[in-house]
Amino acid sequence: MKSRLFIFALLLSGGTAPASAAEVAVVIQNFDYSPMELNIAAGTTVVWKNLDGEPHTIASVDGRFRSPALDQNDSFRFTFASPGIYKYICSIHPKMKAVITVK
Amino acid sequence: MTDTSRRDALKCLGVGAGTLFTLSGGVFSAFDMAEARIEEVGTPLFLQISDTHIGFNKDANPDVIGTLNGTIDAINALPQQPAFALHTGDVTHLSKAGEFDTASQLLSRLRVSELHVVPGEHDVTDGPGAEFFARFGKPSGNRGYYSFDAKGVHFIALVNVMNFKPNGLGALGEDQLNWLKGDLSGRSASQPIVVFAHMPLWTIYEPWGWGTGEGEEIASLLRRFGSVTVLNGHIHQIVQKVEGNILFHTARSTAYPQPPAGGAPGPGPLVVPPAQLPGMLGVTMAVADKTRRVALTDSTLA
Repeated sequence: MKSRLFIFALLLSGGTAPASAAEVAVVIQNFDYSPMELNIAAGTTVVWKNLDGEPHTIASVDGRFRSPALDQNDSFRFTFASPGIYKYICSIHPKMKAVITVK
Repeated sequence: MTDTSRRDALKCLGVGAGTLFTLSGGVFSAFDMAEARIEEVGTPLFLQISDTHIGFNKDANPDVIGTLNGTIDAINALPQQPAFALHTGDVTHLSKAGEFDTASQLLSRLRVSELHVVPGEHDVTDGPGAEFFARFGKPSGNRGYYSFDAKGVHFIALVNVMNFKPNGLGALGEDQLNWLKGDLSGRSASQPIVVFAHMPLWTIYEPWGWGTGEGEEIASLLRRFGSVTVLNGHIHQIVQKVEGNILFHTARSTAYPQPPAGGAPGPGPLVVPPAQLPGMLGVTMAVADKTRRVALTDSTLA
């Protein structure tokens, strides 16, 4: 189910990040989020997928969202209902940082 | 490797190759342990086990239960058992309840009377007050940090994985640092101190977050003591530093090795040929000699 959702997200987003897409994908690989900066419209769902053999998390720095530890090929989704700047890190490897701007 | 051959290989744990550190006149010296037997160098005081990562199942070690079981068998086969064990965190890989259950079941086979556990960042991905604390939070009132005395040594358990610095280094946070100051104040400088926490309490490699932000402040609180041993895990390999009377030491994992600092794109599991794996996994044993000095020996599963 998770992988199907991920493909769905890729199809909708076309690999880049159109503001109107309902879902946008972020890939976690080699201890980085890709893309590290994302601009989306309010109401968009972001789907993260971890490709590393090491687990990672998606943890909002202000506590607004937090994933469980994602093992390899696990996904996590969160819908950004309100405009704002959302910084997040991996709580296991806090050097990993990224930001999502919701308009 | 079959179970039988692994057990045979493990029989040398504690008496095999290793390095013994003793404190003599304030200076640590190392000598080859190849000929030493554990009963000849002192009474086993405690055992440090680290980074068991129950739940990990990738190429770097598809059988972390097997390597932990092998480790426990070897410890239980020692001629003299340590009084208790410290686990310096990353008990589990993903903080899952089932992983904690498996780990607890495995660790309960250790023939020690007490197991003291501090969390690693892999144990608390579900946040404060969750699975880890439900199991190991009692001695600390769910704070995670606490201290106790055993055999004349003062032990301090610290948590540096729940309050990261912006640069990725571990941190104690203000409350815990204040608690540590209070715990050490008024204590006799002649009492041996053992501090244990998951992430290294000194900076080994900042780009990978291998250190603790308040490391210098912590060291300054410890410098007046005559014998201080700081034990950590996290980096799945032995790195040590001696600064005055303080020995800083990181333990091997029982699960999988990690690359040396900067030796890979990131600090993930290191895949090595299967024959090399046992030599990169192991535990640290502390022995106390008649003058209450704490000496460490590292043993591998090879």
